[in-house]
Amino acid sequence: MTLDIAQMIVVTILAAATPLMIAALGELVVERSGVLNLGVEGMMVLGAAAGFAVAVETGSTLIGAMAGAGTGLALSALFGILTVGLAANQVASGLAMTILGLGLSGLVGAGYVGLKREPAPHLYIPGLTDLPGIGRLVFGQDGFVYAGLALVAGVSWFLWRTRAGLILRAIGDDHTATHALGLKVRKVRFLAVLFGGACAGLAGAYLSLAYTPFWAPAMTAGRGWIALALVVFASWRPLRVLAGAMLFGGATVLQLHAQAAGLGLPGQALSALPYLATILALVLLSLGRRQGGSLAPAALGRVFTPHR
Amino acid sequence: MDALSPILAFAAAVAIGGIVVAAMGRSPAAAFVTYFIAPLSEIWSLQEVALKAAPLALIATGLAFCFRANIWNIGAEGQFVVGGLFGGWIAVATHGMAGPTFWVLPAMLIAGTLAGAAYAMIPALLKVKLGVSEILTSLMLVYVAELLLDYMARGPLRDPAGYNFPQSVTFDDAARLPYLMEGDSLHAGVLIALAAVVIATFVLARTLFGFEVRVLGASPRAARFAGFSDARLTMAVFAISGGAAGLAGIAEVAGKIGQLQPSISPGYGFTAIIVAFLGRLSPVGILVAALVIALTTIGGEGAQIDLKLPLDLTRAFQGLLLALVLGADALSRYQVRLVPGVVR
Repeated sequence: MTLDIAQMIVVTILAAATPLMIAALGELVVERSGVLNLGVEGMMVLGAAAGFAVAVETGSTLIGAMAGAGTGLALSALFGILTVGLAANQVASGLAMTILGLGLSGLVGAGYVGLKREPAPHLYIPGLTDLPGIGRLVFGQDGFVYAGLALVAGVSWFLWRTRAGLILRAIGDDHTATHALGLKVRKVRFLAVLFGGACAGLAGAYLSLAYTPFWAPAMTAGRGWIALALVVFASWRPLRVLAGAMLFGGATVLQLHAQAAGLGLPGQALSALPYLATILALVLLSLGRRQGGSLAPAALGRVFTPHR
Repeated sequence: MDALSPILAFAAAVAIGGIVVAAMGRSPAAAFVTYFIAPLSEIWSLQEVALKAAPLALIATGLAFCFRANIWNIGAEGQFVVGGLFGGWIAVATHGMAGPTFWVLPAMLIAGTLAGAAYAMIPALLKVKLGVSEILTSLMLVYVAELLLDYMARGPLRDPAGYNFPQSVTFDDAARLPYLMEGDSLHAGVLIALAAVVIATFVLARTLFGFEVRVLGASPRAARFAGFSDARLTMAVFAISGGAAGLAGIAEVAGKIGQLQPSISPGYGFTAIIVAFLGRLSPVGILVAALVIALTTIGGEGAQIDLKLPLDLTRAFQGLLLALVLGADALSRYQVRLVPGVVR
């Protein structure tokens, strides 16, 4: 029986980790190409609202998830036009996307507050899913979790095993040199931004379609920002994003359980836990790397303008 | 061009907003009047605009120092909340106290400013000492500050005779900012914001420190060659922006609200980021931008009542406005040339 309890805990943590994982993987690709997208939170919350609205209207979770990813992509296209096309300041543009996304999500979701839907269906394979100990963990997740895990493998393969991935990383490290080589710096960056936006939107759709499953204004509650921190924490490596997301998901679950158990601590202190954990993680990471310099892509956040 | 591009961006945002309003089945003309004209037509709503603009201008002026130096304090909301909390604490502690009370209000304002500056020192120190991104830490601390205020207002600082309402005692008169005119809502916080704009204009344009800040932002390499200390400037601009946000927080609590509540800000700290950029990071521009944004906010409240347009529309409009302002910058900084068939 203890095996089943352990499985339950891992399943819950994985559920809390999935949105962070998906959003962080998208942002990782964006940052590897040298662009800092601080609009993840806005794209995520817009994806959550649009995903839920479309799923209610069509009755299909899959179409809802695609709509979530699509709206995240649309908002990131605006971000791409600003930062890649018009060489606008990336930090400020990202903040604008977050504010815009929060506002738009309120408009999109206004008619859907308080509605409920069935959560996204979980995989069920007779026999396998009922296996004690690991059945539900391996064979009983919803589609988002599998998509997230596939994304880890896919992004990892893309960045380190394909020529396009090599080009993307090179552009993120030095846009002047890669531009001189004739590589299409702005095209690659724009595509990376679109991918990141779609991932953020999908992560948001997971929240409103599978995790909670309903729409509430500003329901992402800073998860987009935690995903950004996660990319730093993972030192821009996909597999470490998976590990980091489990850690952060664990902090979230721990907070919920501690609140339910009533440890005598004020609820607000426990609610602050994921945010404090994020700061702590960044501090520990930096303490652990006093020598050796930064692992960040060298051109991260720097504006690129072709001279001719 | 430098002043023109925000105006162009504003016009474009209004046009897009009009299309959205039309798509929602309301008259864009009526919405325009409600958002931008109606708040200017009555004394009380003009005062409301000034009261909303004051904290925005004060916070954004502080943030201008950060953003000019290419330092990204996006946690002004948290510094605002902490300033209000610690300044307000003095008012609660001295409530009903006998003896001279002339020092209470100044002490509150100083405590609020110092608390905001101290709270901003956390991301500043982490950046300077450990190289941790100030963007993420300053933002995470917003959530922490909000939860801290929520706890204090519901717990230790709650009015024991308040029928369990989650709020503190109503401050004594000695702990309130004085009104500028008898019987009106306009309080002295507006003057604080104006003073901050004047001082910041002088410091940025006429002092060595202001020059250092501008050089650090424009060219960090040049700043290093000139011997300007990166770490000292980072700490200084964080202290200034945190202090300004904290002062705005206590001015809001001691002026408009008059007690501590679980939430004291409708997102001033975030809106101030828009204001700072809309005002081109210059204090005078920020003052104008704060008035414009305050106008749309008050107008948005009116539109919610009169036209049943959601408040989120205002927020979306403000985000769009910031995006367009940043995009319009490209027009003033670069000569845009479209070369067909080439994407590099």
